[in-house]
Amino acid sequence: MYARRGFVLAVSSEMSLRVLVPVKRVVDYAVKIRVVGGKVDTANVKHSMNPFDEIAVEEAVRLKEKKTAAEVIALTVGPAKSQETLRTALAMGADNAVHIEVPEGQEIQPLQVAKLLRAYVEKEKPGLVILGKQAIDDDAGQTGQLLAGLLNWPQATFASKIEFADAAKKILVTREIDGGLETVEAPLPAIVTADLRLNEPRYATLPNIMKAKKKPLTKITPADLGVDITPSIDVLSVSEPPKRVGGKKVESVDELVDKLKNEAGVI
Amino acid sequence: MPAVRTAAGARGVASIPLTAERMPHVRRSADLQRLAPADVEALRAIVPQPGGLLSADDDADAVAPFNQDWMRKYRGQSRLVLRPRTTEQVSRILAYCNQRRLAVVPQGGNTGLVGGSVPVHDEIVLSTQALNQIRAFDEVSGILTCEAGCVLEALDTWLAAKGYMMPLDLGAKGSCQIGGNVATNAGGLRLLRYGSLHGTVLSMEVVLADGSVLELGKPLRKDNTGYDLKQLFIGSEGTLGVITSVSILTPPRPKAVNVAILGLDSYEHVVQLFRQARADLGEILSAFEFFDSECMSLVKTHIAGARAPFETAARFYVLVETSGSSKEHDDEKLAGFLERAMETGTVLDGTVAQDATQVAAFWSLRESIPEACAKDGGNFKYDVSMPVDKIYGVVEAMRAHLGGTGLFPPPADAGADAERIKRVVGFGHMGDGNLHLNITTTGWSPRTEGAIEPHVYELVQQAAGSVSAEHGLGLAKAPYLGYSKSADTIALMRRVKAVFDPNGILNPYKYFPDAQ
Repeated sequence: MYARRGFVLAVSSEMSLRVLVPVKRVVDYAVKIRVVGGKVDTANVKHSMNPFDEIAVEEAVRLKEKKTAAEVIALTVGPAKSQETLRTALAMGADNAVHIEVPEGQEIQPLQVAKLLRAYVEKEKPGLVILGKQAIDDDAGQTGQLLAGLLNWPQATFASKIEFADAAKKILVTREIDGGLETVEAPLPAIVTADLRLNEPRYATLPNIMKAKKKPLTKITPADLGVDITPSIDVLSVSEPPKRVGGKKVESVDELVDKLKNEAGVI
Repeated sequence: MPAVRTAAGARGVASIPLTAERMPHVRRSADLQRLAPADVEALRAIVPQPGGLLSADDDADAVAPFNQDWMRKYRGQSRLVLRPRTTEQVSRILAYCNQRRLAVVPQGGNTGLVGGSVPVHDEIVLSTQALNQIRAFDEVSGILTCEAGCVLEALDTWLAAKGYMMPLDLGAKGSCQIGGNVATNAGGLRLLRYGSLHGTVLSMEVVLADGSVLELGKPLRKDNTGYDLKQLFIGSEGTLGVITSVSILTPPRPKAVNVAILGLDSYEHVVQLFRQARADLGEILSAFEFFDSECMSLVKTHIAGARAPFETAARFYVLVETSGSSKEHDDEKLAGFLERAMETGTVLDGTVAQDATQVAAFWSLRESIPEACAKDGGNFKYDVSMPVDKIYGVVEAMRAHLGGTGLFPPPADAGADAERIKRVVGFGHMGDGNLHLNITTTGWSPRTEGAIEPHVYELVQQAAGSVSAEHGLGLAKAPYLGYSKSADTIALMRRVKAVFDPNGILNPYKYFPDAQ
């Protein structure tokens, strides 16, 4: 049931809440990163969904199961291969997916992603956007915050719990901060970024993987949204951390024990 | 053979009974000499480097770990451990021991499951720990030449940087050494894809009992020049000589790995799924493991952090792994296979790992089954092989047989410390026809053991199978060799042993049925 005021559609029913979950395809968490030719080596390296984005998808799907949300939309910005990540989101329970495709090798930074998301949000009007708090490749931790700024929406970041109040017009979000936990309240529409302890993401089970194949996946380009994705930050150099120097190599466990006992005096 | 006495929580070394006391029928051979102080000095001169020689007289604590096995079932009484650094040192040690008739137990990572790597009496332990150099690697062919003491996981990590991998993988990878793997013809999780060590080992350097050093074969893919003697050493468990270096063919590391765990409701469906996997996945199939619902239940109970892969209750679980060079190609094949399996009703439910962390979690479910069994109580473990379709019949026959003994399930009015059989579980490398049958108990008693053995071996014999698929003979299985090999064959094996080790100094009391 909607109340129409001017050009704004105000949501008054829990059931029509649409949740947008942007997800990112990154180098897999378990892979040892190597820098080759001044860049992180991504050729032939295993990729998967950013772990914090998995948590965001899981939270959105749970909202749907609780009937708080009506629809979960997964969205990604990336080259063709990024579709795999959308398939994972669909297999976890997202209803449909959007792929904003950019050329292979194109660098895409948080501000440009936030601008693309803003354009999408202004068109499709989801009531809640849940993002992972940061991507494990750039560790920028900015996209959710930039998006909130661009949309002038409230933001609740590093969420470890999300609750709904006031007939799903408000969210109560518990955040993990340095000193402990903080609870904030915000009216919808709002931005939330997911932290590690928000939930444990489900596995993608076979029946859902098969259902995912039939779910809609729309492809659009940045031009369709009228956004210029030229990076605004120049990366000057990328290097591995310096190898630890000093220290001695020992030939055997016995020698180690001897040194710990007689040189370091720690045992 | 008595059960593994395991219990959660730490137990000191002293609580493992001496093998010589527990198994008094394994008498010390009168032909083998006792270690004299002069021997210790002579051997010390051969391995003068720090840590080259450990004597119980100087440091009993240092020697103790070499005397007991990983399962804490066997404890020997060796007074001397030698850790040679070079093949030449191994050669001089054996020449000396052969001339003095001092028994020697070659020991690698000491992770064997049949008591083959530890002394029974006062045999000298010859550890390959310090023979840990990688000698050569041919990046074109993938042929790796390395010394016997290289730890399997360390080799795999070293090869990973070059885009290759070891052709075998097993739970003990963090501790087992390649020399021991070859000496026991270790099987493991990837035999289905890469074959056995009989195929992947191209050559080896061995030291015979008299100290002679031989290069058996060459690091070549093909070499049909004479009897392939290295095959005798693969699986010889240290009874024919000491392997000091190995050349092994390593495959390219796959770029794409997929793991799925599937749930099925009958063993017939598991067999059907296996056939379908061979047909649909073909060359990308790299592992096909099965385990029953009792295993899953044990893992969920005893292993912290273990998570069920899906909610549907299944009687059987199958872990399927694919490895290949193209993710798109493999994903498509796997998706097709899984769809067909669901549509035909062969599979009830399943999960496909979405990232490397999930891949590791799924493998961990399968690989932690032995640990979960160990935490459940005493363990009787059987590693047997037979035609694939007969595997679970043996598990069910054992349950039925034990049910008839009154021990399983235990009667409702059984006291707290009554001997009882808790669970009979089956899991294993189904693709290789290899069943691991584990029976967990509240403890060991002659009645429990008598209920299980020799019935289990008779069942295997009836299924025309092997009483030791991959764990080998060692001390534990040697008496049962007759269930899988004829008397004539065993006689011929003895003649071969006499050729290589006429004084019988290498790993005595093991491998042969009447060595005890």
